[in-house]
Amino acid sequence: MKAVGIILAGGNNKRMGELSKKRAVAAMPVAGSYRAIDFALSNMSNSHIQKVAVFTQYNSKSLNEHLSSSKWWDFGRKQGGLYVFTPTITAENSNWYMGTADSIYQNLDFLKSSHEPYVVIANGDGVYKLDFNKVLEYHVAKKADITVVCTQLPAGEDPTRFGLVKMDEDSRIIEFEEKPVVATASTVSTGIYIIRRRPLIELIERCAQEGRYDFVNDILVRYKGLKRIYGYKMTDYWNNVSTMESYYRTNMDFLKPEVRDFFFNQYPDIYSKVDDLPPAKYNVGSKVKNSLISSGTIINGTVENSILFKKVFVGNNCVVRNSIILNDVYLGDNCVIENCIVESHDTIRANSYYCGDKGVKVVVEQNSRYLL
Amino acid sequence: MIKKEMIAMLLAGGQGSRLGVLTAKVAKPAVAFGGKYRIIDFPLSNCINSGVDTVGVLTQYQPLRLNTHIGIGIPWDLDRNIGGVTVLPPYEQSTSSEWYTGTANAIYQNLNYMEMYNPDYVLILSGDHIYKMDYEVMLNFHKANNADVTIATMPVPMEEASRFGIVVANEDGAIREFEEKPEKPSSNLASMGIYIFSWKVLKEALVTLSSQSNCDFGKHIIPYCHENGRRMFAYEYNGYWKDVGTLGSYWEANMELIDIIPEFNLYEEYWKIYTKSDTITPQYVSDTSFIEKSIIGEGTRIEGEVRSSVIGSNVTIGKGAVVKESILMDGVTIGEGCVIEKAIIAEDVTVGKGVNMGVGEYKPSTLDPRVYAFDLVTVGEKSVIPDHVQIGKNTAISGVTAPEDYPGGKLESGDAIVKDGDRT
Repeated sequence: MKAVGIILAGGNNKRMGELSKKRAVAAMPVAGSYRAIDFALSNMSNSHIQKVAVFTQYNSKSLNEHLSSSKWWDFGRKQGGLYVFTPTITAENSNWYMGTADSIYQNLDFLKSSHEPYVVIANGDGVYKLDFNKVLEYHVAKKADITVVCTQLPAGEDPTRFGLVKMDEDSRIIEFEEKPVVATASTVSTGIYIIRRRPLIELIERCAQEGRYDFVNDILVRYKGLKRIYGYKMTDYWNNVSTMESYYRTNMDFLKPEVRDFFFNQYPDIYSKVDDLPPAKYNVGSKVKNSLISSGTIINGTVENSILFKKVFVGNNCVVRNSIILNDVYLGDNCVIENCIVESHDTIRANSYYCGDKGVKVVVEQNSRYLL
Repeated sequence: MIKKEMIAMLLAGGQGSRLGVLTAKVAKPAVAFGGKYRIIDFPLSNCINSGVDTVGVLTQYQPLRLNTHIGIGIPWDLDRNIGGVTVLPPYEQSTSSEWYTGTANAIYQNLNYMEMYNPDYVLILSGDHIYKMDYEVMLNFHKANNADVTIATMPVPMEEASRFGIVVANEDGAIREFEEKPEKPSSNLASMGIYIFSWKVLKEALVTLSSQSNCDFGKHIIPYCHENGRRMFAYEYNGYWKDVGTLGSYWEANMELIDIIPEFNLYEEYWKIYTKSDTITPQYVSDTSFIEKSIIGEGTRIEGEVRSSVIGSNVTIGKGAVVKESILMDGVTIGEGCVIEKAIIAEDVTVGKGVNMGVGEYKPSTLDPRVYAFDLVTVGEKSVIPDHVQIGKNTAISGVTAPEDYPGGKLESGDAIVKDGDRT
């Protein structure tokens, strides 16, 4: 594909609560074996984009660890590759990224020195499968200046945390409202854009001159009358994990057979860093129902309607229900965990009881594991 | 200049004919083990964990699966600028082209490969054992003794010693004598087929014995070195070591992994075993399932009952099916309502609905009693088994089978179905 990829993974989100203390949202573990950014990276790799830049600034330790080698997504090439850009102090600039447009501006050399005619911009927190070649075909057919990938939110979901989009019959975007107070539509932007490289450089440079920093408000919303901005409607599964509720729900969606089949069995695959863990082990006393279990996990107790990430240990007589247990969690004997998200590397003492009565509860407990 | 202190030569060309239909299409080192591994992962992981980063893998019999598994060595961190893993198949030569006719002959044909790295020591390994071993400790032993040859040995029960190559050594490890499968063994130290040679000694022996037919380490090279007064030492190893050369020992070694704290523990942080993972998705366990005392690989979907079994990746076990004391390799599909007991089922086998495996009484095999001498059902890769058939104990199946292959819907104990074109 004649495009470079940009993944905006800078953000933290207050609505993620305690879970994003440790890591950028793009590094959130998803569906047992993955991290959020794997979906954007795999989609780009599977669309034959060879050169991808990830912009990140908030607590990027987890993300950097995850991206320490580019080979898992097949970006370890002589041509192209995977680049991670964090803000740096230069003679001209000593600021953090002040917005999405600013993060691109501060790394404009990456775009200037590329030769691919198009740029695919995506967020690091979307869970989806998309062939960007199809979006590009659409972009060319519509003679668009910018194409925004949109999706229809299912009934009952609150659209006010997204960018709301209204299109005319030709799918040209006539209204774009970022995180409105009152929702008047349910078609939202997924934060995935295609644009030609040179016009993008011009737009970003003009933004910077005018002291504007945000890609959505200062480019999409501001230029929607002037530029031909089109919406590409994605009909397959899409969700993002930027709030606690959506994070919990997106993970739980993987207990549905159609979602599992779409991501796990259908072509193409989603890739992730390989961890070299042994297979999951079920000892005497284990009772697992309707759950996803990842490698390296050892189960001695009851697990129902839950997602266990890698290297989890479930002690004797434990009961885990409707919960998400992140990587490398140790649950001592006789624990009861219901409606919870247990933060990674936690050690829960024996006989503990955690239950999210009203909504999902986040459990963060850093007991010393080897003194128990 | 290129220089490696010690390089490893890993013998992976053997068929392992006593694994029957399991090795009909793959070399023994490429046979799956423990849910997600292949046998060769153990020596390869031992190499990288011991700091040996140059490994020549000698292949000959059915190498496709081995080649794709090893690739450029990424899973073991053996993708190196200098060294790393190199697959060494037999090759045509201007004068005398030949297959690898023996273990030492295979090494001899690759003298050029070894010379490239200018080694001081060469480690000879075989690709068919399950164990964790630090070769660096063995090398230190070799150096401390100023040895020419060091042989890794382990104590075996005296009554079994006559099955092995036995080493008789002094207190300090200096070897006095060798006995190949002796009737009355005078020691219980068995050779493990792992050797460290000082490079010059190995080269001299290989060149001198180059015209020896079927030149073998145990039969020719080691006795030759002994006769010529080389300094030979026995390195005693006391950890877990399992030869998985027969169906029975292969099944047993797998079953040992599911103990609460197995003697051979894959869950330790120290000394990880690496493998190529094609699948990384989590496994799904449904409402209708029950799993106990089992290890289960990635991407597997379980709707039935699994007890005391080792299950690979991307396996599907249908509703109401019961799998007991069995080994299912990657991509196996078990239909609804099957009862599978004591079976070894190789990759991508499809078992229809309501099949009963492992029924009736044990009977000696009509196909090959040397290979099939256990109460196990063995199914070769990509086989298909039709709905509602009964399969007895000590049986073997290979190929796409249809209901007409089962007279009266049964395969009697001791019988076998091996379709044309499949070897055993």
